[in-house]
Amino acid sequence: MPTRRQFIKAGLLGGAALAAAGLFWSRGLKEAPGGAVPPGLTLSQRSIVAALAPAILAGALPASGEARRLAVARTVDGVGVAIAGLSAAAQKELGELFALLGFAPARVLLARLWPDWEAATPAQVAAFLQGWRFSRFALLRSAYAGLHDLVLGAWYGNPDAWEAIGYPGPPEMP
Amino acid sequence: MTIRDPILEGIGAGWQVIDASKLEADRELEADVAIVGSGAGGGIAAEILTKAGLKVVVVEEGPLKSSTDFRMRESDAYPQLYQESAARKTKDKAINVLQGRCVGGSTTVNWTSSFRTPPTTLAHWQREYGLKELSVEALAPWFDAVERRLNIRYWDVSPNENNALLRQAGWALGVPVAPMRRNVKGCWNLGYCGMGCPTNAKQSMLVTTLPAALAGGATLVHHLRAERLALRGGRAEALEGTAMQAAGIQPLPYRLRIRARHFVLAAGAIGTPALLLRSHAPDPQRLLGRRTFLHPTTVAAALMGHAVKGYAGAPQAIYSDHFLDSVPVGGPIGYKLEVPPIHPVLFATTLHGYGEMHRNLMAEFANTHAMLALLRDGFHPDSPGGSVQLRDDGTPLLDYPITDFVWDGVRRSWLTMAELQFAAGARRVYIVHEQCGGYASLAAAQAGIAQLPLQPQLARVVSAHVMGGCGMAADERRGVTDVWGRYRQLGNVTVCDGSLFPTSIGANPQQSVYGLAARNASRLAEELTARPAPALA
Ligand SMILES: Cc1cc2nc3c(=O)[nH]c(=O)nc-3n(C[C@H](O)[C@H](O)[C@H](O)COP(=O)(O)OP(=O)(O)OC[C@H]3O[C@@H](n4cnc5c(N)ncnc54)[C@H](O)[C@@H]3O)c2cc1C
Ligand code: SF4
Repeated sequence: MPTRRQFIKAGLLGGAALAAAGLFWSRGLKEAPGGAVPPGLTLSQRSIVAALAPAILAGALPASGEARRLAVARTVDGVGVAIAGLSAAAQKELGELFALLGFAPARVLLARLWPDWEAATPAQVAAFLQGWRFSRFALLRSAYAGLHDLVLGAWYGNPDAWEAIGYPGPPEMP
Repeated sequence: MTIRDPILEGIGAGWQVIDASKLEADRELEADVAIVGSGAGGGIAAEILTKAGLKVVVVEEGPLKSSTDFRMRESDAYPQLYQESAARKTKDKAINVLQGRCVGGSTTVNWTSSFRTPPTTLAHWQREYGLKELSVEALAPWFDAVERRLNIRYWDVSPNENNALLRQAGWALGVPVAPMRRNVKGCWNLGYCGMGCPTNAKQSMLVTTLPAALAGGATLVHHLRAERLALRGGRAEALEGTAMQAAGIQPLPYRLRIRARHFVLAAGAIGTPALLLRSHAPDPQRLLGRRTFLHPTTVAAALMGHAVKGYAGAPQAIYSDHFLDSVPVGGPIGYKLEVPPIHPVLFATTLHGYGEMHRNLMAEFANTHAMLALLRDGFHPDSPGGSVQLRDDGTPLLDYPITDFVWDGVRRSWLTMAELQFAAGARRVYIVHEQCGGYASLAAAQAGIAQLPLQPQLARVVSAHVMGGCGMAADERRGVTDVWGRYRQLGNVTVCDGSLFPTSIGANPQQSVYGLAARNASRLAEELTARPAPALA
């Protein structure tokens, strides 16, 4: 868990990252090849969510192979759609959070994650989540909660996830 | 049999409906009364004022969606029909707040449970806020009228298993439980009220009062965010609205301005104070937007080992007021017990943890019973509620610090729910708290719950009942509105929604909103027309 001193330092770093966030945000939208990337998510954000999903959805995702890759990609798309449906203020906050997580020094210092997102194992990502989940800083706990809701909401909002939990889906209407 | 869509039919028949997301220039409208918000309060006011012969314009920030659109899918419903995609949070993000944002407001997505304002609550208002006129007897005719209008009656179909388990638990422990009334007509017992009723059985404002008002000549403007009232000389001259893009998140560069004799504010208990704050409405006592209440709600999930199917059947049918009735209203915080509908997104996001632990619980999705405790906030000095603030972009943010007084009730409510769930045969009980790994027995639960830290975000607290912020009082030092909902500092502004309540209700609030709205809108109709008001039903 970050010490107070680290958090203050991270706060300063965070400030820099936040300033950059707006940039990331608008640049990311331009990066998106016409319509291929769902609203809201930049490529860097996509790689963060793609790293979070296997940790948060451990046991729910297909174990390996193409099915797993596709399921992660669909979840990332779903998170993008979900973010696009949030208030402008919440979208901005999440943009800042992702900018922070995508900023290597902040990732190492605040998330305690040495490898970058693409290289991180689910176990390393889980350790990061666990740290924030039980952080003594309400800010980090709430960031954990936000990531939790986004990824789980995207997964269980998708009918593909329903059979495994015994949900038959809504009834057919005449 | 195809289901008729009263909204599409009405539009076909020539209702005056303006979709502000299609505006290509600024616009102006004139009306006798402009109503902001089309939910419980706005809907009732729209019907009464239109029937009184007044020219009414109803303004709604959200979209106009109807039964044809209601596909019973959370991934459609939350972004379309809820404030902030059902992810609205309090300032410290400790409480997730559900509110509707669509034509019909929260009534389009609510769970149909209907209660009159409890007598203990009215007595407290009379005593503490001088609201002498709001007695059980004086309000009875208004509640009678809304019960007739919205078909509020006892639900005589047997409750779904999720509700039946609450009843069984109560019977086992000698905790009184009772059936609820619901505002439905020809309900199919599907269980999807929270995603918009696909059969129009739910007697929400969307299919009752708003169609009546529109058929009577009222105008509805949707996708229009009421930005501010233009004030002059202690009166409102016009309402200024910002057109919203179709998705409802970003504004368009067009404004719609409504000039009216009178303004009725019914944007809900966050929206109405926020509109008045943006308008710089005079507030000499600094009460505006203060004392906002939530019925902070705790959740316990129980693995039953048999099918519960909490997604099917009327979501709420049984409740217990035992833990409200057995404590003094001004003492330690009491709570009402109910159950929620259990749908994949709502359940998975509410449930704590991630990875294998979360997955193992989700594997029991269809065998899970969930219980809610709704805490009665606002009746004690240590439960002052929250306050509505404005972000830089003018959108509202609710700051609701959970006080120790409330936390004490949170822990007690967990103990109660665990005890009830084990009494109903639960194999394992999970309090929705990040540190709860589940309890296999009541003794384990009691020991474990005693240790759970009472901290924001670790303990999941939710709310679907936002109330207060423009509280009524006889004395202007206690409330910004009077007993008729009139905003004291503005001659032609009446508040007509859940923001009027000086405390929480201590019961699901929709009928309290309907009843007060009917009373206050009728009085306003008489004032504006100098004729007796038309009967609601
Ligand atoms: C999921 C859910 C389940 C519920 N279940 C029950 C239940 O079973 N029983 C019960 O009694 N109560 C229930 N409630 C609560 C109940 O529906 C509300 O208490 C009630 O509808 C509040 O009425 P209101 O008029 O204050 O606000 P609302 O009904 O919320 O209406 C306010 C409207 O104003 C609009 N608005 C806000 N700001 C602006 C603006 N600036 N410009 C224009 N429009 C604006 C909103 O979009 C909304 O449509 C539930 C609520 C939810 C969300
Ligand atoms: S349970 Fe009844 S009221 Fe609710 S959605 Fe189904 S049909 Fe409509």
